[in-house]
Amino acid sequence: MGQWTKGAAVAAMLCSACFAAGATWAQSGDATIKKIEEYRQALAGGNPAELWEARGEEMWKKKTGPKNVSLETCDLGLGAGKVAGAYAVLPKYFADAGRVMDLEARIVHCRMTIQGLSAADAKKQPFGSGTTRSDNEALVAFITSESKGVKMNVAMSHPKEREMFEMGKKMFFFRGGPHDFSCATCHSETGKRIRLQDLPNLTETKDAQRAYTTWPAYRVSQGELRTFQWRLNDCFRQQRFPELDFTSEASVAITMFLARNANGAEFNAPSIKR
Amino acid sequence: MQAVNHMRRKALKQGSALSIFGLFVNAGLVSPSFAQSAWNQAAFSAKGVADVVKGLGGAAPTPTKDVSWGSTPEIAENGAVVPVAVESKIPKTESISILVEKNPSSLTASFTIPAGTDPNVSTRVKMGETSMVHALIKADGKYYVASREIKVTLGGCGG
Amino acid sequence: MSDPMRIRAKVEGDKTVVRVLMSHEMETGQRKDSTGKTVPAHFIQQVTATHNGKTVLSAQWGPAISKNPYLQFQFAGAKVGDKLQVSWVDNKGEKRTDEATIN
Repeated sequence: MGQWTKGAAVAAMLCSACFAAGATWAQSGDATIKKIEEYRQALAGGNPAELWEARGEEMWKKKTGPKNVSLETCDLGLGAGKVAGAYAVLPKYFADAGRVMDLEARIVHCRMTIQGLSAADAKKQPFGSGTTRSDNEALVAFITSESKGVKMNVAMSHPKEREMFEMGKKMFFFRGGPHDFSCATCHSETGKRIRLQDLPNLTETKDAQRAYTTWPAYRVSQGELRTFQWRLNDCFRQQRFPELDFTSEASVAITMFLARNANGAEFNAPSIKR
Repeated sequence: MQAVNHMRRKALKQGSALSIFGLFVNAGLVSPSFAQSAWNQAAFSAKGVADVVKGLGGAAPTPTKDVSWGSTPEIAENGAVVPVAVESKIPKTESISILVEKNPSSLTASFTIPAGTDPNVSTRVKMGETSMVHALIKADGKYYVASREIKVTLGGCGG
Repeated sequence: MSDPMRIRAKVEGDKTVVRVLMSHEMETGQRKDSTGKTVPAHFIQQVTATHNGKTVLSAQWGPAISKNPYLQFQFAGAKVGDKLQVSWVDNKGEKRTDEATIN
């Protein structure tokens, strides 16, 4: 039980199955990790995320919205219409919006300004469920797939970009909510896990790189393609924090902190996760 | 007795249908999707190897080791998506069926292997819990079964 | 209207390896939604793959095939440029056929 710390133990108490799993792990941890890696590799070929990528590409090119225009002139950070490699430079300060934006915030912006959607419509259904589709997830899948293999290169040249980074860093270590959790509670020590889900140490370069560059992902347990905004939203839910608003400044700040910490690593998504 | 006659009729129907059918498909008159017989309700409602084989119209299967499981993992992180790869090394393999013993209905899929196609299929199945997984092979009219356990860390039927 | 399948058919040696991703809920009929109502079964029951009018694989599936099904198989006798069709029919009678060029 030496690897368990107070934070992880508290997390474990929240899910009853943990203690049973804990004993097995301590005895045969390495063998189990290896077997789970085999499972993950077996899933790698044939990623249902490709279905979202195909839908997203169609959506990118489709004339729609009140202005009946496609998204093809949207500036995702590398200039109007350039999709390839754009995810690797986000989040970024955009002068036309006067704020730092991650991909999902940028998509909302383009859907509003180029296609004429209202803010409500552009932000509607950010995360799909079953037969209720999410346009956001499809677009994110397509756009991120065009950055596969590109090295993360988030700049911090604009003062607002640095401001977001510092805010994100503060938020990462900020303890709150009914369980007095912070992101760091689960993500600042190496070798932690919840049940059999290993927790990346986001304060350590290699873990931070691997974690950020594998989202978005087809999440098997969700049966859906999940984006980074979803990941953060779900973390907030698991910490019993108030809901993280989709594309809010808070969400972009944490994303800025985590994306910047992944710089230098090859982007490798959409991936497939449990 | 009835099951045997039914299977024979089905086999005859498919056999002759394929040659004329191929003609129609090539001519663009018929869509290939109508080629098959009715969904085997009995087999897909059965639980356990014995009942599934019965539903498929066969007799008790002979245990075999002539099956390779390819990249099928021993542990599934999530039971909603468990990759299963089955390659039959038994000559004259006609069909490969994949069973998950402990699922409410054990049969997940039944593949018919025509001549020219390798008896080697991969797909992904749902497993509600850790269970024996069986590969049921029909070769030269006889049934064989190979089994292995797959552990599931989180059941995949809706949680 | 269902989404197109992603079909990859590649000649590897003397075989054509086919990898298919299908878009389908594969609802078992045992799950309850957030209101407690059972979600009705909706799953692919029949799958057929054809090449030059010949069936190269057929299958019957049950609801325990995973959502957004994946299928891989390989067969002989095709060459680059040939077409491969994959069709499915589900328990509601919905059907879909997609075609890919073997490369």
